[in-house]
Amino acid sequence: MKEPIISVRNLTKRFGNFTAVNAISFDVEKGEIFGFLGANGAGKTTAMRMLCGLSFPTSGSGKVAGFDVMREGEKIKRHIGYMSQRFSLYNDLTVWENMQFYAGIYGMSARDSAARSTELLQRLDFLNERDTLVGSLPLGWKQKLSFVIATIHRPSIVFLDEPTGGVDPITRRQFWELIYEAAATGTTIFVTTHYMDEAEYCSRVSIMVDGEVRALDTPAQLKKQFAAESMDEVFRTLARGAKRGE
Amino acid sequence: MAAIEVHNLCKRYGKVTALDHVSFVVEKGELFGLIGPDGAGKTTLFRLLATLLNPDEGSATVEGCDIVKEYRSIREIVGYMPGRFSLYQDLSVEENLNFFAALFGTKVEDAYELIEPIYKQIEPFKSRRAGKLSGGMKQKLALSCALIHRPKVLFLDEPTTGVDAVSRSEFWDMLSDLKQRGISILVSTPYMDEASRCDRVALCNEGKILTIDTPDAIVRSFDRPLYAVSCSNMFGLLCKARADRGVVDCYPFGSTHHVVANDEFAAGQFVDNMKAQGLSDVVVEPAQPTIEDVFINLMKR
Repeated sequence: MKEPIISVRNLTKRFGNFTAVNAISFDVEKGEIFGFLGANGAGKTTAMRMLCGLSFPTSGSGKVAGFDVMREGEKIKRHIGYMSQRFSLYNDLTVWENMQFYAGIYGMSARDSAARSTELLQRLDFLNERDTLVGSLPLGWKQKLSFVIATIHRPSIVFLDEPTGGVDPITRRQFWELIYEAAATGTTIFVTTHYMDEAEYCSRVSIMVDGEVRALDTPAQLKKQFAAESMDEVFRTLARGAKRGE
Repeated sequence: MAAIEVHNLCKRYGKVTALDHVSFVVEKGELFGLIGPDGAGKTTLFRLLATLLNPDEGSATVEGCDIVKEYRSIREIVGYMPGRFSLYQDLSVEENLNFFAALFGTKVEDAYELIEPIYKQIEPFKSRRAGKLSGGMKQKLALSCALIHRPKVLFLDEPTTGVDAVSRSEFWDMLSDLKQRGISILVSTPYMDEASRCDRVALCNEGKILTIDTPDAIVRSFDRPLYAVSCSNMFGLLCKARADRGVVDCYPFGSTHHVVANDEFAAGQFVDNMKAQGLSDVVVEPAQPTIEDVFINLMKR
């Protein structure tokens, strides 16, 4: 078995007497596209914040990118990539300036950051736009640029929080091709989405309900397990049983 | 008289044309969907119809009232739920509802029977501040507030964005109930699969309407052979299928890829071609087009 890049056991987060995340345990392997699904209010965001080093678990144990989730939040943050559902590049900086800015935040040298930016823009076939203001780019391009910038410091894992919300169906698919490519070169992808067809594109999918991971397997196995035609049906079956109103 | 009539409506922001000569009609009692991604012009259209913006060209009426000249009358008869939560976060659920009722010179009790199916789901939390509600509860409160003056026409701007599949489906059930009560509804969504919940839809992209019809008729308008293909190496299949002579377009579609074929396409030949390139377990099946297939096809033309 390949070495896991995320490995958590009984990860729990309580706010007062409310248990937002209740003892979740799972492994994510290197190079996987791991889909992290759940109904609104199931605890997805809280779980993801713990995995990204933004919030410490109340109890449990685990490692992300080789660092301890209980103690090494700062190190985790430095070694992962993160793309938020809200567009977070600077509209009044150019493509190139945004890349240098983020590379700088991650402590990359000027030379390394220039080389890496050129490589990424080349791969996107986007070198001609390096001096374009990000604010004037079409939405689809902003989205793709956000993704490659989230990988600028060559993280071994990238967390994508609803990366394709509101994006047109063609761009949405082009975006997934970028994800496939990144995964094929060994980058692990951890992705949340409300589009159930996108759940089918994942290597494995976990579904959270009421703070717990209720299902975790390949889309094909999950469909078999729940005797469902599609991931949409699997999701509905599980989410309908949710006790926790949102 | 129709509920909404839009003729050649245009809106520009500087150099950007947000809405580019858009025309359509929503009949009374119709549930009409605007389906399209961000940047399609949906929000601009709502702001124009809700009389919050004036158009640069064209005209529109809501219940026969002109959106420029008769904006006061329109504001009394429409309910508008913007995409961004716009109630008062530091007022409680009940206070928000009373506030909106007071704005329209009415009382919550007068509309209670209309909002009850929606409001009763959040009534147990009526003393909670709106800002402390979950996404789904905020959405229900916003809809209750938009209904408080018994509007004839309802404008809902992306009410289901960011909401999970089950809650989305429940929200559409609520809309069907409101439609039964004779309210005309214009609703936008980026989720193509929600088109089937509307009487008619306009597919829109970059300020233009691509097509308008019933969801069934739109799906039937897909005029090319469509297949679902799959194998154990889906990414490899995507790249190789696109280069195949019989293939017009190939794109991921859930657990399969959809292949839009030309006249040269034959399933057996395709499987052989893929095998010759190292993909030995390719399966080809005829597929039923969906709204999303039509949308992709229209965008590429």
